[in-house]
Amino acid sequence: MSETGTWALIHAVARSLIDHADELTELDRAIGDGDHGINMKRGAEAVLAKADSLAARPLAALLHQCGMTLVMTVGGASGPLYGTLLLELGKALQAQPEPPDRTSLAAALGQAVLAVKARGRSDAGQKTLLDVLVPLQQALAGDQPLVTLGSLALAAAEATTPMLARRGRASFLGERSIGHMDPGARSSALMVVALLAALPTATTDPGLTP
Amino acid sequence: MTVGIVIVSHSPKVAEGTADMVRQMVGTMVPLAWCGGDGQGGLGSEVGAIVSAIEAAWSDDGVAVLVDLGGAAMQAEMAIELLDEERRARVQICEAPLVEGAVIAATEASGGSELAAVRAMAEQLSP
Repeated sequence: MSETGTWALIHAVARSLIDHADELTELDRAIGDGDHGINMKRGAEAVLAKADSLAARPLAALLHQCGMTLVMTVGGASGPLYGTLLLELGKALQAQPEPPDRTSLAAALGQAVLAVKARGRSDAGQKTLLDVLVPLQQALAGDQPLVTLGSLALAAAEATTPMLARRGRASFLGERSIGHMDPGARSSALMVVALLAALPTATTDPGLTP
Repeated sequence: MTVGIVIVSHSPKVAEGTADMVRQMVGTMVPLAWCGGDGQGGLGSEVGAIVSAIEAAWSDDGVAVLVDLGGAAMQAEMAIELLDEERRARVQICEAPLVEGAVIAATEASGGSELAAVRAMAEQLSP
């Protein structure tokens, strides 16, 4: 992918988080400490500020840099969780030819999801971002068309609504956590949707300019 | 030199108040640092601030880190992973309530115990 294409992808994902900051904060206010949108926005803005130099780097280095940026700027559990996801993705893709094919992407995401599980001492079914990341990784590893993964991610986030929270502050609410979508699942889904929506333009439009 | 103690809370007031309680118990015998807040006046925790606190309370005998809620624990884990490899092995997070754990850990450290014993005491004695 060209430098401008990469730049467009970074922008699309970051803009989506910034545009949905209020919604994410609202979701987090219901079952957490109400700062998820603010935190993700802070991270997205920090990444955007470096977008020009990030886009010029190889994919593995770009993911590592984005991960470190999130670790250093995003508070709460989201910084370490999303930071770990991107750092591990970068690590897994380091040895792969660029651009990576779908098989190596799925394997890299598998490794990164394992790292997120370890970081959060959690797994799917506990009303967290893993409820999006785990089925997403499975679908990517299977033969589901790439264009359907956005709706899969959105539906997976929606599916956290009836779940009982077992990790994080939402778990303190016990049964009262039921009936609210997990903010981390929602932010994960938003990023997947933004990434996929920007992908065709980013890979084919030579006229894109940063 | 004794094991150092680092206190991490989402609230700078809680972190500072806990540090005051530790100081009341052990004075200046134990290297101690605290951090809290999002760096912009709000509640939260920051990896960079935790790294700085570990450096400020550094002891070659090691550093015990006490944290309040889950996010701070994950932030502290990330902070430890950012340290030099040589230092990384000498920093441990105590799974204990913040205030009780910090006071107990510091008291144990002040007697010259090693890091594993400081951590074990904080984890055992805390309610």
